[in-house]
Amino acid sequence: MELPVIGQMPAESAGGGCSASSCGSSGEQLSHLPDAIRAKVQDHPCYSEDAHHYFARMHVAVAPACNIQCHYCNRKYDCSNESRPGVVSELLTPDQAVLKTKAVAAAIPQMSVLGIAGPGDPLANPQRTFETFRRLSAEAPDIKLCVSTNGLALPESVEELARHNIDHVTITINCLDPEIGARIYPWIFWQNKRVFGVEAARILIEQQQKGLEMLTARGILVKVNSVMIPGINDQHLKEVSQVVKAKGAFLHNVMPLIAEAEHGTFYGLTGQRGPTADELQDLQDACAGDMNMMRHCRQCRADAVGLLGEDRGEEFTLDKIAEMDIDYDKAMQVRAEVRAGITAELNARRAERQQAAAPVLRNDLRPIRIAVASSGQGLVNQHFGHAREFLVYEASSAGVRFLAPRKTDLYCAGDDTCGDAESVLDRTIAALSDCEVVLCSKIGFEPWGRLEEAGITPNGEHAMEEIEAACAAVYDELAASGVLAIASGKNDRAA
Amino acid sequence: MAFEIVESCVNCWACEPLCPNQAIVEARPHFRIIAERCTECIGDHDDAQCASICPIEGAIVDEYGEPLNPPGSLTGIPMAMALSLLEKARLAGGSTAEPST
Repeated sequence: MELPVIGQMPAESAGGGCSASSCGSSGEQLSHLPDAIRAKVQDHPCYSEDAHHYFARMHVAVAPACNIQCHYCNRKYDCSNESRPGVVSELLTPDQAVLKTKAVAAAIPQMSVLGIAGPGDPLANPQRTFETFRRLSAEAPDIKLCVSTNGLALPESVEELARHNIDHVTITINCLDPEIGARIYPWIFWQNKRVFGVEAARILIEQQQKGLEMLTARGILVKVNSVMIPGINDQHLKEVSQVVKAKGAFLHNVMPLIAEAEHGTFYGLTGQRGPTADELQDLQDACAGDMNMMRHCRQCRADAVGLLGEDRGEEFTLDKIAEMDIDYDKAMQVRAEVRAGITAELNARRAERQQAAAPVLRNDLRPIRIAVASSGQGLVNQHFGHAREFLVYEASSAGVRFLAPRKTDLYCAGDDTCGDAESVLDRTIAALSDCEVVLCSKIGFEPWGRLEEAGITPNGEHAMEEIEAACAAVYDELAASGVLAIASGKNDRAA
Repeated sequence: MAFEIVESCVNCWACEPLCPNQAIVEARPHFRIIAERCTECIGDHDDAQCASICPIEGAIVDEYGEPLNPPGSLTGIPMAMALSLLEKARLAGGSTAEPST
């Protein structure tokens, strides 16, 4: 069953992404950070959950070469998950990358961050990477620069990173134990040789930890990405979280493994599964005691453009850019105005939150999950059928907290639970099965009925309201109606 | 005496900056080794640099056409297993990728 409104959704998702890609912290978590750090991340969509509703980022694919092999990556295929040089994606020279960055920043004044995240490892392509940074810091000084790396070449690059004024670095650290590492990394290229197995993992881990210490010693902000691989490093990642925090990383982003046979990766081909949404959240919650956790990562491609969760790369291909007439100075001025406006709004919201009365905790009410359709600005402002992803929040008497983004058009796992016959609406309902309410600006008649049948209440009454306030209002209404009393929940909903 | 890059190359650039003789050039449909320049790294390195970083099994061959990184040597995926799994994925109706041989 295809619905017209749902059929308008773009067929192919730009999500997924090289797991080494740079990607964020909740507003409340940021409020515990020192002012100096908060000032650095308040307009960085990948480092601040608040900022990601407003500010856009882009990656330029200037770094094709890689110096290690990960079992979740395959350079051979250009799949939805990966950006690799070759047939489809555009590998850019530093010149082209500078041109593209300035064109995007002129067209999208919310753009605050330029990252280099691949498609290989940026630091395995030092000339291309640093040439791009050097030119951008001169020609678009208001754009923040950041880089994402596997860490192998990090210690030798720290000096150069500091020289280019790069104050955000993401390191993908999947383990501290070389025995575990050997099950994730089959080989590395190190000192002119290919090194395999446990020895390779030992060297990589040593380099990552050394690089992390060197960066934090210089006051460069470090986020650590980890790929959660059930049965391999899932238990181990709690220790990783503690250790990287102790060494000064300020944010930990635990991401789910993406592995499908058609990606041609080792994990995909050998049937290694990714974690369920609940397994991922349990691990994030377990790590959260020690560390700021990022929960809004979209695992984006190494050539993504726009707000997190959207990819406008198609609008900015090299031939389209060539036809644009751009006033760069005016564009920088507009960016400064837009940025000042957003920052004022974010500060006002933060002040509101701080002034809000302390919640009254009630043991007699259960928490619920609410899915929200939003196209940005932190508002309930998207039509149900236009949403390619939903933001899942947990509402309880303690307040409202963000849990995770849920991609709906990516939800097809390609196996027999998810064949061609299943419509996008079915997949959306399956993806939101743990939610009791969906907040959106509008919703069609048919999806309304289908959601209700599935035990999920559609709600369009909070259109254009601020997300957390809308979730709190819905929770209060439900609490007042008595349906949240413990022991009266719809426990058999999933059956 | 020279190595050769064959069609399974994915143009990932990893080898190009490592060649001590600048024998590797960007080309279409795939990167190429200029045979007259290639020394197989003898005198410069213990191991051939291009073959030591290449992530694609079989993409670089010696003068006899023998792959420097034979099937199964890098990914740990035995080729027979890769093929049978890809076939299984195809039969299951998932989207398919061409097996590379």
